[in-house]
Amino acid sequence: MCGAPDQDTLPALEVSPREAVVHGFVTRDGSALAGAYVRLLDSTGEFTAEVQSSATGYFRFYAAAGDWTLRTLYRGGSVDAAVTAEQGSAVEAQVVVPD
Amino acid sequence: MSRADVLVDADWAEAHLDDPGVVFVEVDEDVSAYDGGHIKNAVRLDWTTELQQPAARDLIDRDDFSALMSRKGIGNDDTVVLYGGNNNWFAAYAYWQFKLYGHDEVKLLDGGRKKWELDGRELVKDVPERPTTSYVASDPDLSIRAFRDEVVASIGSKNLVDVRSPDEFSGKIKAPAHLPQEQSQRAGHVPTAINIPWSKAAADDGTFRSDDELSKLYGEQGFDDSRPTIAYCRIGERSSHTWFVLHELLGKTDVKNYDGSWAEYGSLVGVPVQKDV
Repeated sequence: MCGAPDQDTLPALEVSPREAVVHGFVTRDGSALAGAYVRLLDSTGEFTAEVQSSATGYFRFYAAAGDWTLRTLYRGGSVDAAVTAEQGSAVEAQVVVPD
Repeated sequence: MSRADVLVDADWAEAHLDDPGVVFVEVDEDVSAYDGGHIKNAVRLDWTTELQQPAARDLIDRDDFSALMSRKGIGNDDTVVLYGGNNNWFAAYAYWQFKLYGHDEVKLLDGGRKKWELDGRELVKDVPERPTTSYVASDPDLSIRAFRDEVVASIGSKNLVDVRSPDEFSGKIKAPAHLPQEQSQRAGHVPTAINIPWSKAAADDGTFRSDDELSKLYGEQGFDDSRPTIAYCRIGERSSHTWFVLHELLGKTDVKNYDGSWAEYGSLVGVPVQKDV
């Protein structure tokens, strides 16, 4: 398997000591935004991974420790959010899409 | 061959949805994507279960490809338009497999599902019924497929293009970051490989860069036009995307896809591996 897994059916989150998870929700006007394309870019701006937000707006990446950018594409535009991942833990990021 | 022969845009697709000689094919690993809505009249191919032999971890053979096409109602003379999620990774893999088995008219939909969705174009749930055909595949064209021994023998002599992300190339992570990192294989890359991530060839919306941008990209990254080329990634689908760019869009000759890729190479005993972290 190599494709982005369905974010609606992910297993419960278990963070291994060697992983650095970045996860969170995409919202617009306070409500979950499903089907947005969330792209994980590394500190140089290079693409690393992409998933589509679930019905609840949820997304999850297994990154490495360091600074990342979440670039979220939706119908009508895109928005960037910065996040710092830490080894052995899950960092939650909120992506707010403008109205 | 030109870009127009191998790539169509969404406007072209919308204008040809009902053409009798055109078959739209969605290729995903996750079949639920198709069930949730697909391009009108598109049939589905499951990358994992239909294009591969799961136990042998190999492509389906010629007879199975013929049977699959016949079952899907695809004829040898049909124009096949492939699209899918994940920036067309699996559609590009299918494209490469169609070419491997000698299908003449096959094209990719630029931007795949993502561009189609972001444009707000119509997706339907009706599944088309296509009469079965008697498809006859050709013998595999091994001029576009590389195997592990050729990769090892090519170290230092051919363009080995590792199209994974920089962190996978360096060995910092073992798989794309949307997946758990517990993998059996070693981390790193084939010595002398150059890292030109597949994503540099596409815009955020999944459409391919222009021919000029693509030529400049590979030239700047150390791609040597005088040498044969092997592209690889982790399981061969992202490298199909780059194979499509190099062989189909840019028209470079002697370009192979190593579909065994890092999942195979990184598990071999006794082969050289370069790790940068």
